[in-house]
Amino acid sequence: METIKKLIRKQSLEKLYSTLSASRKVYAPVVAADKRVEYKYNPAYAEVTFEHIQSTLSVKNVVFPKVENLMYYTNNKVDSTITDIDLTKIPEVVLWGSHPCDNSAYDVLKSIFCWDIKDEFFAKRLEKLVVIGLACHQSDAYCFCTSVGLTPNSTKGSDILLSKTKSGDYIAEILTEKGNAIATASPDLFENANNEEAVITEVKQTFYHEQVTEKLKTAFEHPFWVANSLRCIGCGACAYVCPTCACFDIQDEAKGKEGRRYRSWDSCGFGLFTLHTSGHNPREVQSQRWRQRIMHKFSYMPDRNKSLGCVGCGRCSRGCPVDMNISEQLQALQNI
Amino acid sequence: MSNIAAKAKELLESKAVQVVIGYEAGPTGVVRPAFVTDPAKTDSLIYNENCLQNLAMYLTKHEVKHLGKMGIVATLPVMRSIMMLISEQQVVAENIVVLGISDDGKLLDIADMNVMKAHIEKSNLGNPTKDQEKLAELNKLSLEEKFKFWEQELSKCIKCYACRQSCPMCYCIRCSTDCNQPQWIPVQANTQGNIDWHILRAMHLAGRCISCGECGRACPLNIPCHLLTMQLSDQTYNYFKVHAGTSVDMKSVMSTFEPNDKESFII
Amino acid sequence: MCENIYKPYLMVIDQIVDETADVKTFRLKFKNQEDADKFTFKAGQFGEYSIFGEGESTFCIASAPTRKEYIECTFRKAGRVTNALANAEVGDTVGFRGPYGNTFPIEQWEGKNLLYIAGGIALPPMRCVIWNTIDLREKYKDITIVYGARSVADLVYKHELKEWEERPDIKLITTVDPGGQTPEWKGEIGFVPTVLEKAGLTSANTIAILCGPPVMIKFTMPVLKNMGFEDKDIFTTLENRMKCGFGKCGRCNVGKLFVCKDGPVFTYEEMKVLPAEY
Repeated sequence: METIKKLIRKQSLEKLYSTLSASRKVYAPVVAADKRVEYKYNPAYAEVTFEHIQSTLSVKNVVFPKVENLMYYTNNKVDSTITDIDLTKIPEVVLWGSHPCDNSAYDVLKSIFCWDIKDEFFAKRLEKLVVIGLACHQSDAYCFCTSVGLTPNSTKGSDILLSKTKSGDYIAEILTEKGNAIATASPDLFENANNEEAVITEVKQTFYHEQVTEKLKTAFEHPFWVANSLRCIGCGACAYVCPTCACFDIQDEAKGKEGRRYRSWDSCGFGLFTLHTSGHNPREVQSQRWRQRIMHKFSYMPDRNKSLGCVGCGRCSRGCPVDMNISEQLQALQNI
Repeated sequence: MSNIAAKAKELLESKAVQVVIGYEAGPTGVVRPAFVTDPAKTDSLIYNENCLQNLAMYLTKHEVKHLGKMGIVATLPVMRSIMMLISEQQVVAENIVVLGISDDGKLLDIADMNVMKAHIEKSNLGNPTKDQEKLAELNKLSLEEKFKFWEQELSKCIKCYACRQSCPMCYCIRCSTDCNQPQWIPVQANTQGNIDWHILRAMHLAGRCISCGECGRACPLNIPCHLLTMQLSDQTYNYFKVHAGTSVDMKSVMSTFEPNDKESFII
Repeated sequence: MCENIYKPYLMVIDQIVDETADVKTFRLKFKNQEDADKFTFKAGQFGEYSIFGEGESTFCIASAPTRKEYIECTFRKAGRVTNALANAEVGDTVGFRGPYGNTFPIEQWEGKNLLYIAGGIALPPMRCVIWNTIDLREKYKDITIVYGARSVADLVYKHELKEWEERPDIKLITTVDPGGQTPEWKGEIGFVPTVLEKAGLTSANTIAILCGPPVMIKFTMPVLKNMGFEDKDIFTTLENRMKCGFGKCGRCNVGKLFVCKDGPVFTYEEMKVLPAEY
């Protein structure tokens, strides 16, 4: 649909929030006791932050939970049975205040979960998701959305995108039918837009992702990988905080005869991720695993999924215990 | 040029080592580990109060070891880690040159492991004050309150294993949590599974943790998981009067038995 | 309700064959006839076999698509799932998802000689295509199977080896590593590459299908090249670690390909342009 531009007054925003949270789950950012920003279901409006640069964890768990049950079973040896998951019970969720980088990640995840046969667990959650995004009026040195073809106010993935104005009101860009349904349900909260402009932060472009992708075609054997990953300790922090990382594990857990099969987040950075039963490991050392992470996002995915596997949120770099700064590394890669 | 940079240059030039593991400032100003192999590039090495990461974990990392003999910038926790790693036969003393750093940030002359041992012995080997205070606070709580505190903290855990990977003592290629016959610890990151994991981790470090606090620092969710291992350091000291990482030939307190060992903790 | 792509078929263990001390072959039948009627697969494809409560494990379908009504799998007791499978009994229910992956292009091989080369536990992933082509025997010229194992005890499919040996239209060469022979052993003694080298085979109008441990592949490739095989005429089936089986979980990713979707069957020509992460 064609974008409709409206204005929401500061005080109307609270009304919109309570209207939405009265009828469905709203997932919104709050500041935790240790000052980190985390998303919570239906927090009180007073708790919700509009000033966050970035939450520690991405919000991908609304469509790709860290643990997702795939089926239940009863193991009776001869008469084992399976009970399917009722996906119709997946609730409608309004994601509130997530930034454009996060919202752009759904297309990337779609290119993984729905590129061939459709993963209904993911697809259903996405279908039930309404995104009220918040354009960024602040950023930090780790943000690099402009280097991966996005902007602090990209509308991609949002159903409504809010942008703060100088006077503290919000411009609401209504972008999809889902967004329009919310707007038309509360017509008194959405006023006609005036001429006020949104305050949008500036994010400096540090590399050209097209050049990086081009460079990676011939960089597989480059000494860059070993030299730049010596300090990588091989934890999964970068993958787990990433909005687009989607590698997962499938495991069983049973108590007696009753059990379930679930999938849970996994990371290509772990040494055992690719270990064969025979003991052979195709990615034996950390530099190979770091290379895989970069290659996957900036070479394999553009090539195969036609989407870059990175949205420039910078979480991996903020969360890394040893400062494996991804935008720094991509800048360097561009120039090797 | 700082003393550390000069010493590193000297070591690299004389080929006494092939790499110096130290600290540098990243582009955002964050301090991070640096691996200098070229004597002309030692100027990037820095040392300040933010240089807290325990660099000893790199001594057992395959690709770092592969570079050759290692020089390592070592504050007290790093030196104690080195002692532990030598005593557990993970590191050979002859392959390391220690660029010791005193508590007030000065370069020490650590000629060999005996000198290092002497330095460690005259240092304060308890938990860092602020952590000890927090532990004291927690220890005042009732069992239920304590459990609630940890349940809440550990529910945040995403099992990224940054705590494990950042720890010099967690050098196992295959961690117990990755063993699945039987599956000791649930793979998924739910509250129960997380509690199981952190208990397992803490128990494996009992008497081995040198109180560097790296696991807590590494956690992207700010879970104070270092308090678990520090509590055990404290307790093992109280029971056995041994501090981890104080000599190259010490035996792990939890895997050795002495006839006069206290047994009061056995239920 | 939506279709759950992770939900396995329920299968009943119909027959168990002990191949070696730690290798078993299961014949599995569909619990629901409806599933059996719908199910088709082609040579080279694989599946996810599961014991409920233990998890899933990936193996190729070892029976030929020409044999209807059942599928077979052969596995070595190695991990949590395969140990649990090994403890299962005839009549037990197990899970099976599949078929996944690409196939051996056996239609394109018609009118050619086929040279199968397998080492140890790598015969099972080739058994499907071997039987498939044997069942369509008239479409192919010479069929040669070179199979080696560490010792006589490690040879799998002993009954079939006997059957192939006795058939006049199949040439079978079996070999065991030096020291792995028994007094009764009548086959070759030596490593697969050496045995292949002196077998006097031709690459003319021939397709080579090769599968084995990395060290066997490493030393057999030069022999095949010396024999004059072109890269496009050498096939193999890769076995990267997998979980989902349909290109989502990321585990078997090699370059831009997924072994589970774009493979497991690759020609050497295709493999050469891949990063060596398999």
